[in-house]
Amino acid sequence: MITAERKPFEEIKEMVKPYSKLLVVGCGTCVAECAAGGEKEVALLASALRMEARMENRVVEIDEMTLDRQCVYEFIDQLTETVDNYDAILSLGCGAGVQAVSDVFPDMTVLPALNTTFLGETKAPGVWMENCRGCGDCKLHIFGAICPVARCAKGLFNGPCGGSKDKRCEVHPDTPCAWHMIIERLEKKGRLEQLNNIYPPVDWSTGQGKGPRKIEREDQMI
Amino acid sequence: MSASNLERVLKSGNFAVTSECGPPRGADSGVIKRKGEFLKGYVDACNITDNQTSVVRLSSLASCFILKGMGFDPVLQMVCRDRNRIAMQSDILGAAALGINNILCLSGDHQKFGDHPTAKNVYDIDSIQLIATVKRMRDEGKFLSGEEIKGRPDMFIGCAENPFADPFEIRAMRLAKKAAAGAQFVQTQCIFNVERFEKWMEMVRDLGLHERMYILAGITPFKSIGMARYMKTSVPGMDVPDELIERLKGVPKEKVAEEGIKIAIETIERVRQIKGVAGVHIMAIEWEEKVPEIVKGAGLYPRP
Repeated sequence: MITAERKPFEEIKEMVKPYSKLLVVGCGTCVAECAAGGEKEVALLASALRMEARMENRVVEIDEMTLDRQCVYEFIDQLTETVDNYDAILSLGCGAGVQAVSDVFPDMTVLPALNTTFLGETKAPGVWMENCRGCGDCKLHIFGAICPVARCAKGLFNGPCGGSKDKRCEVHPDTPCAWHMIIERLEKKGRLEQLNNIYPPVDWSTGQGKGPRKIEREDQMI
Repeated sequence: MSASNLERVLKSGNFAVTSECGPPRGADSGVIKRKGEFLKGYVDACNITDNQTSVVRLSSLASCFILKGMGFDPVLQMVCRDRNRIAMQSDILGAAALGINNILCLSGDHQKFGDHPTAKNVYDIDSIQLIATVKRMRDEGKFLSGEEIKGRPDMFIGCAENPFADPFEIRAMRLAKKAAAGAQFVQTQCIFNVERFEKWMEMVRDLGLHERMYILAGITPFKSIGMARYMKTSVPGMDVPDELIERLKGVPKEKVAEEGIKIAIETIERVRQIKGVAGVHIMAIEWEEKVPEIVKGAGLYPRP
């Protein structure tokens, strides 16, 4: 899933200050799962903004709405009827959601309330870990299903570097060294010799090297 | 054989001595020259660090050129942190054009530890891929793209390895990988724990690596007790035994530096006895003026 964290309240407050009619829009998919932009978080943020405005004696109208998905037109369309009633939309979607809403309503000001962070997994309640960079050329079968691009601070393909100590990464000592994990896992499977091969320079053009990527599938087109 | 003096010394069977110069955090070439004056005649080649610990410094390539002008055989250190494959291949050609014939291929310290922690790192290729890149450019006359190079870079290719980092079991295997990629010499991380280094060397010999590449043992003299403690606790992948710190503590304050030099000389004498060690790489961090004393003390002067 795509993870995100809510921006600091002060930053959001400054962002929305010029607008007196605000629609706070959540997303019920990824950012709801990581408790950053779902219905509950929308309600919390909207009430905090209302309270803040009241304390500053400002009259604002703040409404709430949460779409099932903020990155798909069919769901964004649910805003069409009401969007003209507002000066701005404060989106609690990921970056893709914010831009999708803005693309559908180009005359509307759409503001981001979240910082979109990474593709990750829910490790434990309240803990999310980045483990995919979306590089466009999955190599997990070679590295024991542990991604060196996303999980090694240097993204090394022939690691580990010299800074791995006690199975920890020198950059973030609370993070396990991805290469230590790769080695342990392959060793357990008796496939350590797989790492003797020199992994050649990566083709990054499948990643972000060529600007925004696009998937086009004729079988899915109407 | 390349035009590298270091390669000449190693191939002729001499026990090699290299050292390094850390460039200044400014454009003053005088700093490099002063450091060079200390080392002149005492080393077979001199490494120039490449923005070590991710702190911006005068470039390695420019510093190499300055030292080359003083008659040194410079070793261009190149890290993968700051440049992509286009810039690296370009700098390799540039170095060769300036008569720099040694390169040390490194991953590079993470930028988190430096003076620009908000920078974006590159790591387009990693250190092993860089080794293979230089070898390909030199031996096949080809860029990574496969395009032909007109005027191949003449390079003696080196790498670094840390015998003390984890997982210990794969450290020799990793060196084997570097040798297979094309590394002809290795300069190790600073050795303080000689027993552990011996164990590593045993693994290295088991793989026959000492016959496929030249192994230069890393030596760093302690300047103070504080430095020894700092290296023990704050430098990733460093193994400083407590007894060395105790030994420094056991001498009067004004004798600590002298004791640090003594330990360095003893370490050289000990690693020299280990089968497969072809030389030493003395990293006297911001203490280059002490290198002659260490080289002489270890009986490695004059140089061939």
